[in-house]
Order: sequence, then structure tokens, then C-alpha cells
Amino acid sequence: MSAEHFFQYLVTGLYQGSIYALVGLGFTMIYAVTQIINFAQGEFVMLGGMLSFTLINSAKLPMPLAIILSVIATAIIGGIMYLLAIRTAKKASIVSLIIVTIGVSIFIRGIASEIWGIEPVHTPAFSSGAPILFWGAHIQRQELWIIGTTVVATILLHLFLRYTMIGKALKACSVNPEAAGLVGINAKSMALIAFFIAAILGSIGGVVLAPVLPISYETGVGLALRGFIAASIGGFQSPIITVVGGVLLGIVESIAIGVSWGPFSSAYKDVIALLVLLAILLIRSGKLASEERAS
Amino acid sequence: MLGKLKNKLVPSNKHDPSVEKPTAQRHSPISITQLKIGKISIRWTYIAVAMLLTFFILAPFSWFLGKYNFVMISMGINTIVIVGLCLLMGYTGQVSLGQAAYFGIGAYFSGYLSKSYDVNPWLAMLIAAIATGAFAYIIGYPIFKLRGNYLAMATLAIGLIMVTFFKQWDVYTDHAEGLSGIPFLSIGGFAFNTPFRRYFLVWAFCLFILLISQNIVRSRTGRALRAIHGNEAAAESIGINVTQFKVKVFVLSAVYASLAGSLFAHHMPSIGPQPFDFLASVKLVVMAVIGGLASIWGAIFGAGTITILSEDLLVRLTQLAPVAYGLILVIVMIFMPQGVFVALKSSAKWLQVNWINLPAIMNRKRKEFPSQMKNRMIRLVPARLWRKSEP
Repeated sequence: MSAEHFFQYLVTGLYQGSIYALVGLGFTMIYAVTQIINFAQGEFVMLGGMLSFTLINSAKLPMPLAIILSVIATAIIGGIMYLLAIRTAKKASIVSLIIVTIGVSIFIRGIASEIWGIEPVHTPAFSSGAPILFWGAHIQRQELWIIGTTVVATILLHLFLRYTMIGKALKACSVNPEAAGLVGINAKSMALIAFFIAAILGSIGGVVLAPVLPISYETGVGLALRGFIAASIGGFQSPIITVVGGVLLGIVESIAIGVSWGPFSSAYKDVIALLVLLAILLIRSGKLASEERAS
Repeated sequence: MLGKLKNKLVPSNKHDPSVEKPTAQRHSPISITQLKIGKISIRWTYIAVAMLLTFFILAPFSWFLGKYNFVMISMGINTIVIVGLCLLMGYTGQVSLGQAAYFGIGAYFSGYLSKSYDVNPWLAMLIAAIATGAFAYIIGYPIFKLRGNYLAMATLAIGLIMVTFFKQWDVYTDHAEGLSGIPFLSIGGFAFNTPFRRYFLVWAFCLFILLISQNIVRSRTGRALRAIHGNEAAAESIGINVTQFKVKVFVLSAVYASLAGSLFAHHMPSIGPQPFDFLASVKLVVMAVIGGLASIWGAIFGAGTITILSEDLLVRLTQLAPVAYGLILVIVMIFMPQGVFVALKSSAKWLQVNWINLPAIMNRKRKEFPSQMKNRMIRLVPARLWRKSEP
């Protein structure tokens, strides 16, 4: 593999990793506040992409308006999901909640395949122009948009959690829900806000991804898996480590496909990500077990 | 917090189907547990079992439900997998979202060995079961260090990895349309080459596995499994080797899935990776949930409901099938967390106890119903919104 190829794979990994990071942040937000792993997280990405496609191509709205509307719509869907499915089943066991979120994700996927069909769709790029040549790598402008958006979203999330009242309340809920309740923080509305934020992050990912990677109704499955890996690198606690983990995963995956030796082809892309997941889970298993016992 | 503690201290029989509540009316002159004809009294349970058996024996004949033999066979095959899943998820409280992978390993192993290497199908089935069991044993020890969500994710990951391998296997062995021409099972010269014959084969297997599993549940092992479900630390403190039991029951469920997979391979004209993918795993979980996770016999109910729905009704609405699965999953989990079959059974038991007072209870319920319904609706709406509207 020559240096240019390596750099090309690095950039591809970087922008894919940014999407994983956004999805992973959603997982982290919801898990930190509610201790639920939301298996429907990838569906938010899919919805963001699909809605922006409809608003731009069919409704002919100007692009910024369409993007904002699709993000808001996805956030509302996330809120509805929490209110209808999660809150009514709140007292259920972990197995039940896993099944509920899986059920919701299958439901959303089914509806999406009804509305948008099974053919992948893609939206026009944010800024037109030829790919930028940089160190022998062709970088599409949209890829820079993706990386930039992720950086901005991460910084905004960090500032939100650090300096606003609601952000601090969210953090308090994740550290100790009972103590947070004692000082007057309503855990249920915090959970709702966490679902809103997760849906917003996911749909932003979908909106910026749609011009590069055509989005179909089952795009969410693979992205949710990789987002989960990113979140588990961060231990479902730290947003910063989640982002770093997501980007690293993207780069590892991209370079591993680029190397492709012997019978190993791009068909094993999923296997690489899954093996990374298993390795992380097993390495952290002692810590995870003690965390579960403590909670 | 206190409530949580209290729940842990007080042993609950909620998840325990084998502990029967004493039915108050059993010895009273009017009882609905028994049917009385003159001096002979027969328990309704036996009548139900006899009717069910008659139904299953008569079902494959062409003058009854003969044309649905394929549906009935896949129902039997699914039941075998789900019994294993019930033991793992319902009794031991562990999650597996990759059960279709073990089903697939059984099917591919058995099909490939008996087709390409002319191994006797029965031997191939045995080899497949042993291989799947060994695989489950090897991955079991590291996997079961994990709990809850992480365990679910790990089993899901293994399931997805296996699906990729199945797909690649088809590509490398030039079976783009899957493996076809797998020989049928046979005893002596008697080949199970018609759906009618395979029906009895599959359901004989199914009955055998149901009975074995029932014995396991009622044995020392079964009590150990339920203890692990209740509280792992407590189970460990009374000398139960938690990890070992978890791995054992996981291996057992994988072997069940593998046997079902072998039956599937020797039953279908060809097999491809599609029946073993993620959606198939989810479908198996749905069946187990509908049947009631902690109920061995509920497996038939769950498998029956979803198989009939997916093969007969939903084929016409192929696109909407996932929507229906998702909806059924969410609704059942919210309103009947122990499963539909268990809910039906417990309401039947409640009726047995309370049926004399039924009019009075119904009257009271009717008075309470509006306020209960209002409470339930209010739970969906944020508190601030409805408090304002009330005086």
C-alpha cells in the first residue's frame, strides 16, 4: 500500500468514524441518564437522512431549512419513542427494555421501507466543487463537512453539558439519580431530554452523511452497531473518549479493508468491527460486571 | 431504593410456573377444575392435553390440515429452538440475540456434510450438534462474564459474524442460491421424503425435547437456574457455580438450535443464509416472548402464533411484516412482560379461583375502570400538562 492510498483510506476512515462518533454520543447520552441501551439509535441516523431527502428533493425546500426541519422532526420522533414505549415500560427488566428498543427499531425500519422504498437515496452535496487533492488523496468537500460538523457538534455538546443548567442536571442524573432527585431534578424529563439530544445527534449524522453515502432503510443497523462500539470504548460515560473511539474505529476499519490480503475482502468489513466490539467487551468485562453490580 | 430492596428480600413466585397457587375451589362441590359426568371426574387439564394431542396427530392428514404441513413443520422446528431460548432467557435470565446463528451452524454443517461428503444424515446431524455445542462451550466462558446489555450486544455480534461467514461460504463454494439437494433423513429403507412423514419426525423430536426440558426445569439444575435468575450473588453463596451453569444452559440451547437446524436442512429443498440472519434471531426472540419466556410449553404457542402469522397472513403484506413484529414486541413487552401464554394461563387460574365472585368483582371493576384508565392515560403525558387542567 503506497502512501497516497494510505492517506486516502485514512481520510475515508476519518469521515466514517465521525459518523460513528455521533451515533456513539447518542448511545452515551441515553445510557448515562436512563441506563438503557437504545438499539433504535441507528434509526435516528436513517430518519435524518431520509427526511432531508424528502424535504430537499420532493418538497423543494432550501437546503438549510430542510436540514433544520429534518433534525427537529427526528428529535420529535425520538421524544415520542421515549414517551410511548420506554416510559410506559419503565419498570420492566433489562431484557424487556432491550426487546422494546429492538421492537421500536424494527418498527421504524418497517415504516421507512414502506414510505421510502428499499432503494437507497442520496441528497445533493452541501457545497459543489471538484474533490480537493491533498497529498495524493481525493477528498470530497462533503467529507470535510462531515468531519467539521462532528467537531462542532461535539464541542457544542461539551459546552452544553458543562455550562448550562439542563446540562448539569443531566450530568447529575447520570452520576447519582437519587441524589439528583433529592435536589429537585426531574429524572423523567431529563430522560426525555436525553432522547431528544440522542435523536438530534443521530439525525445530524444522517443529514451530513446522505450526500456521500446513499441512505437506505437498513443503513441504521450497521451504524448503530459501530456507534455502540464507540460508546463502549468510552465506557458509556465519557463523550470525548467516545468520539475518539468512533474515529479510531472508522480508521481501523477503513485501513483493514484497504489492506485486503488473501481471501479477505470487503465482505468482512462487518466482521472487523464486530471483532473489535467483542475484544473491547471482553477486555472491559471485569469493570463492566462491577459497574452493573454497583448499579 | 427501599422498594427495590424489599422486592429482593421477599421471594416471589411470579416467574415460577412450576409452583402452583393452591386453588381454593378445588374441593368445593362446584369446581371448574374438573369435569363431572356421574361419578367420574376428569381434570380439565387432561382433557385439554388429550384434545391437543388428537389435533396434532390428525393435523397432517390431507382431509384435515394437510395443505398446511409446511407451516406445521416449521412451527415444530421453531419450537425446538425456542425451548432452548426459554431455558436460557426465561429461566436463567441471560440474553441471546444470536440464536439463529447456531440454528444456521447446524443446518450448514449437516447439509454440507451429508451432501458433499455422503455422510449419513443422522451422523451428520450428530456431528453438527457436537460441533455447535463445542463452539458454544468455547465462546461461552468469555461471553458469560458479561451481563445484561453487554451480553446482548456480544451475542448479537457473534450472530452477525456467523451470518457473514454463511454468506461468504455460499460465495466460495459456488452455491450462490444456497445449498440444494440435501438428502432426506431415513430409518432403514424408510425415507422421510414427504411432508407428511417429516411432520411426524419433527414433532416427535419436538415432543422429546419438550419433555427433556420440562424434566430439566423441575430438577436440581432447573432450581439452580432459577436461583441464578433471581440473584446471582445469593445463588453463588449457596454453592451454585454460576458461570458453569450459564455456560451449560447456553450450550444446551445451542445444541437444540443445531438439531432444529439439521432438521430444517434435511427438510428444505435448499438452504441459504437468509433464515439465519439478524431478523431471524429477532423473530426467535419474539416467539419466545409471545410464548412467555419462563414457560416451556408456551414455546409451542409462541412458535405457532408467529409462524402462522409470518408464513400465512403476513406473506400477503410482506413489506408490513417488520412493522407488525416491532409493534407486537413493544406492546407485549409493555403490557405482558411475562408473555402472552403465561398471562393467559394466570388469568385462567384467577378465573378458577374467583369465578363464583365474578359478578361482584366485575361490578367493582366497572366502577374503578374509568379512574384507572384515566391514570394510565395521564402517565403518558408529562405531569405539568395535566395538573393545570385539573381544578
